[in-house]
Amino acid sequence: MTALAPPERLTVVPAGLAKPSGRRSVTNLAATVLVTLAFVIAVVPLVWILWTVLSKGLTLLFDQQWWLNSQRGITSRREGGGAYHAILGTLLQAAVTALISVPIGVLTAIYLVEYGRGRLARAVSFMVDILTGIPSIVAALFIYALWVTTFGLDRVGVSVSFALVLLMVPVVVRSTEEMLKLVPNELREASYALGVPKWRTISSIVLPTAFSGIVTGVLLGLARVMGETAPLLILGPYSKSINTDLFHGFMAALPTMINQDRTEALQPAVERVWAAALTLVLLVMALNILGRVVAHFSSVRK
Amino acid sequence: MSTITGASVVDTVDQGGPPAGGGSTGRLGDRLMAGAAKGAGILVIGLVVLVGAFLLSRAAPALAANQANFVTSRVFSVDGGTLRFGIADLLWVTLLSSVIAMALAVPVAIGVALFITQYAPRRLATPAAYLIDLLAAVPSIVYGLWGAKVLLQPYREHVQDPLAHALGWIPLFRSTSVSAGTILLVSIVLAIMILPIITALSREVFAQTPVAHKEGALALGATRWEMIRTAVLPFGRPGVISASMLGLGRALGETIAVTIILSTLPGGAPWSFSVFNGGETFASRIANNAAEFDTPAKTGAFIAAGLVLFLLTFAVNAVARIVIERRKAFTE
Repeated sequence: MTALAPPERLTVVPAGLAKPSGRRSVTNLAATVLVTLAFVIAVVPLVWILWTVLSKGLTLLFDQQWWLNSQRGITSRREGGGAYHAILGTLLQAAVTALISVPIGVLTAIYLVEYGRGRLARAVSFMVDILTGIPSIVAALFIYALWVTTFGLDRVGVSVSFALVLLMVPVVVRSTEEMLKLVPNELREASYALGVPKWRTISSIVLPTAFSGIVTGVLLGLARVMGETAPLLILGPYSKSINTDLFHGFMAALPTMINQDRTEALQPAVERVWAAALTLVLLVMALNILGRVVAHFSSVRK
Repeated sequence: MSTITGASVVDTVDQGGPPAGGGSTGRLGDRLMAGAAKGAGILVIGLVVLVGAFLLSRAAPALAANQANFVTSRVFSVDGGTLRFGIADLLWVTLLSSVIAMALAVPVAIGVALFITQYAPRRLATPAAYLIDLLAAVPSIVYGLWGAKVLLQPYREHVQDPLAHALGWIPLFRSTSVSAGTILLVSIVLAIMILPIITALSREVFAQTPVAHKEGALALGATRWEMIRTAVLPFGRPGVISASMLGLGRALGETIAVTIILSTLPGGAPWSFSVFNGGETFASRIANNAAEFDTPAKTGAFIAAGLVLFLLTFAVNAVARIVIERRKAFTE
């Protein structure tokens, strides 16, 4: 890249050339101040929110009970209990979501990059964009209309996962697609020249080269669906007990644990709400950071 | 992070993506791989079509039984035998809160994107960009809690009360009796939530400004701001418009943060244009009543509201896509 000279140096004008007039310098300075101010304005809420959840929720997280117990038998008046049931529910539902979304997403990306040309491929690409923009509550209503109203099934853990699949697939498609596009064409051509069939080229040359990028996409997708509340409101009623069965009974998740007690005024319940919020933030941010670390060690780079 | 509005290889086919069809030999493995990939693509199309079709089929009976005008009525009563529901209130609150959120977020997002791509030293640019991306990693329910429990007080004291005091003669800023979360507070929180989305895409297009344009402007004696105004902003405009639409789409459909913050109004509350009023958006109306989905007819009324939300976001996202598509035609 032909680097732009550092702007500081550009203000050093050779003798004989006029400096920008006063009004122009002032405008330039005002723009610099405003742009920097915009950045500060954007960082303030981030710091404020993180500070809020940390200061209100951190104490409970140091308690071993928080990570090992459920809320079974705990009322709003009583202290104690943990978030084990909710963390477990969130992780289980996210795992099933990933299990369904990753094959669909990766295959769709392979189609778009390696096979698809013409009208069908353009339609797929357009629909991925539309899917990216679908509000989570609409995805949840769709699964509700299908699962509960049409098939008459119960609201269980796996129905939540189905709704989350709709939200995760586009993230996986777009990030995988980005990575596949970065795989140099020379690699594919070299493989074809050696007589390797296309499917072997994709599965043993293209995908491994793009692997870490795909992992990043999956992690970022997981981070997105784990924080979703709307599908849980409609499809995943809260339960205070541990439930590991995705096909029977109500299953807790961190967002519904927060939602359950958010209007409580009693101190023990309020503390647990903020502790659950902090747990969720930490979980989502950890996935996010992990995703970026993996991306850093990627074999294909922009 | 990947692009938000996808520029697929299929859209830029003339620029020479990977060779299509090359190397295919028609043997079993090839046919399986091609079939599976194509099948997944068709599945994605099928999913979106199914969402629309299913919502429509479940909403249709409720719409047929509806005794009020669906578009203009302000009633939403689904209890008892008769269905009377309209979306006038929901549409107003949804559009008002989202449009204000977009108006608040776009200037800040443009500023942040310019800061990261044009002002910050390269060593600082990456961490700065990452910091803004972290805003997108905060779950929406946490935004809701923060908005309702922490931001509410300072917002009332420093934003709502002064505004209502100074501009109360404008219907938009007339004070109301709502004591908890109001539409403007929701807009502010939504603006923070969509900020990283708009920033990410704007950043991407600003960074793509041809170096020759920028150096040309500087060589002609432009200050840094003049260079940005004449080279970077015109080049990035379609990207910024597209990013704003994506942000708007996200704000329209946001559920739990709005549900937590916005005070609901009792049925039959008088109409008000004020941003200091309460109310419900499409998404929060559905979420607030999720526990009452018992009969198909009742559920159908809420699915009808969801269908309108789906069509609204579909339209907004399609416009975003078309705008960015046209930019491509320009730059090639």
